[in-house]
Amino acid sequence: MREIPVDVLIIGAGAAGMGAALGAAREGVQKVIIIEREDRTGGILNQCIHNGFGLHYFREELTGPEYAERIKSLLKDYENVEFKGDQFVKAIDYKNRTVIVVSREGIVLYRPKTLVVTTGARERPMGGILLPGTRPAGIFTAGVAQRWINLENRKPGNRALVIGSGDIGLIMARRLTLEGIKVEAVVEKMPYPGGLERNIRQCLKDYDIPLYLSHTVVEVRGKDRVEEVVIAELDNNFRPIAGTEKVFKVDTLVLSVGLIPQTNLFKDFLRTDPWTKGIVCTSSGRTSMNWIFAAGNCTVIYDLVDWVTEEGEKAGKYAAFYVKNGQEAAKFPLEKGQNVGILFPNYYEEGTNLNIYLRVKKPMDRGIIRIKQRNNLLYNKVHASLMPSEMVNVKIPEPKIGVGDITVEVVEA
Amino acid sequence: MREEKLVCVMCPVGCRLTVRISYNHGSGNGEAVVEGYRCNRGIAYAQQEILDPQRILPTSVLVEDGEMELVSVKTNKPVPRRMIFEIMEIVKKTKVKAPVRTGDVIIPNILNTGADVIATRSVNKKV
Ligand code: SF4
Repeated sequence: MREIPVDVLIIGAGAAGMGAALGAAREGVQKVIIIEREDRTGGILNQCIHNGFGLHYFREELTGPEYAERIKSLLKDYENVEFKGDQFVKAIDYKNRTVIVVSREGIVLYRPKTLVVTTGARERPMGGILLPGTRPAGIFTAGVAQRWINLENRKPGNRALVIGSGDIGLIMARRLTLEGIKVEAVVEKMPYPGGLERNIRQCLKDYDIPLYLSHTVVEVRGKDRVEEVVIAELDNNFRPIAGTEKVFKVDTLVLSVGLIPQTNLFKDFLRTDPWTKGIVCTSSGRTSMNWIFAAGNCTVIYDLVDWVTEEGEKAGKYAAFYVKNGQEAAKFPLEKGQNVGILFPNYYEEGTNLNIYLRVKKPMDRGIIRIKQRNNLLYNKVHASLMPSEMVNVKIPEPKIGVGDITVEVVEA
Repeated sequence: MREEKLVCVMCPVGCRLTVRISYNHGSGNGEAVVEGYRCNRGIAYAQQEILDPQRILPTSVLVEDGEMELVSVKTNKPVPRRMIFEIMEIVKKTKVKAPVRTGDVIIPNILNTGADVIATRSVNKKV
């Protein structure tokens, strides 16, 4: 077996992995290798052909493929970075710090000084929403439908119902409509939409697609192919209300019921967050093992790819620091206070800026985000219209931060 | 008369606008009275958005002899929303030959909107 020593080994060449490569390369380590399952860089961006990416990172609105191409071109200047496509990670031996990878060139054993995990997310599977009724053809996850339409030139069906009003569901409703597939409705189990306001307007209202809030699928009918889907309204305890059923004659059901961090390869030895299922990280992107870093959707599900790249860059940078000096700073936990649903990172690591991402538990017209370290107030600001669907990013510069546990809470105002 | 709520996207402040529309939706005619703006750009945005919204149109075009069957494209400027299906008709009938480079103009000045349909990815020739 061929052995390759490397300073920084990055697993996954999506928005986070490319960012990590950039972050590590800039620090001047000798060798950075990115390995990727697909034959090209960009990850999921390649099939997200819609616009809306890059406003933060590139200060310009781009489509997914353009965003991917931009980051790739930023990496061109660095000779210490190598991309390897069509790679399959077989095993990671965390005790000996080796990674076994299979590709057309055979089996390779990497000996990385540091590892950066940027494996992204997978779609919540169909079983995840406990779909009652039969299992005919015509049921797709949003990502698969997107791949069919945008990359493989295949049409999933003629009349569709979309389950889930997160951004992916909304964008797919528009995409299906543009491709001549009639979208009867988007169905959301929560009493509020899961996606950004802008996407509700530009993907649903623009095309007169109805949105059913507080509704769910109660039955899928059809033998070989989906023929009818029945939805019903939900009460406050998320139980279907008898008599509120509506029947849609559709041949296609598109499920957009959420993403889960992709951590299969690592969950035996890296700590994951029981709530988000993401890899537990400090504010430097360091995981529970000091030589392994992680960033992007494998740590927490982000709203913006720009944030994913930024976090990737940071993890890459600190991985490179670790290659150079092998040091690790003290860390303090971040605790969720009232009204905080999702909070990332899990720890503050001394010497870094603290870049917090949070989601509130319930919609609020006005809320005060309050971040405290013991009795020291690090951040205290009113935010208007907070929604669980909209992630909030709060940046606290390193000089403001001392020692001790940090709590993050949102007080309704 | 109809009332609509909008969030202004012209700057990060994100004013919450209320628009009262007197008649005729989506054709470029009609009157919209805007409230809740902090600067004039908010008025202009809301009037445009309510009376004749403009959108970037991202979609894809068939490729011949390419390593992929489709090349993703977009209009390089916003086009009137009311023209989107008409534009899609043309886009669907269009075929290009590989190779295609990001930024290549696939259809210039589509339907005289002043917007070009441009490639948003590169597709190499099939080997
Ligand atoms: S109205 Fe003016 S200040 Fe308010 S969001 Fe729009 S551009 Fe910004």
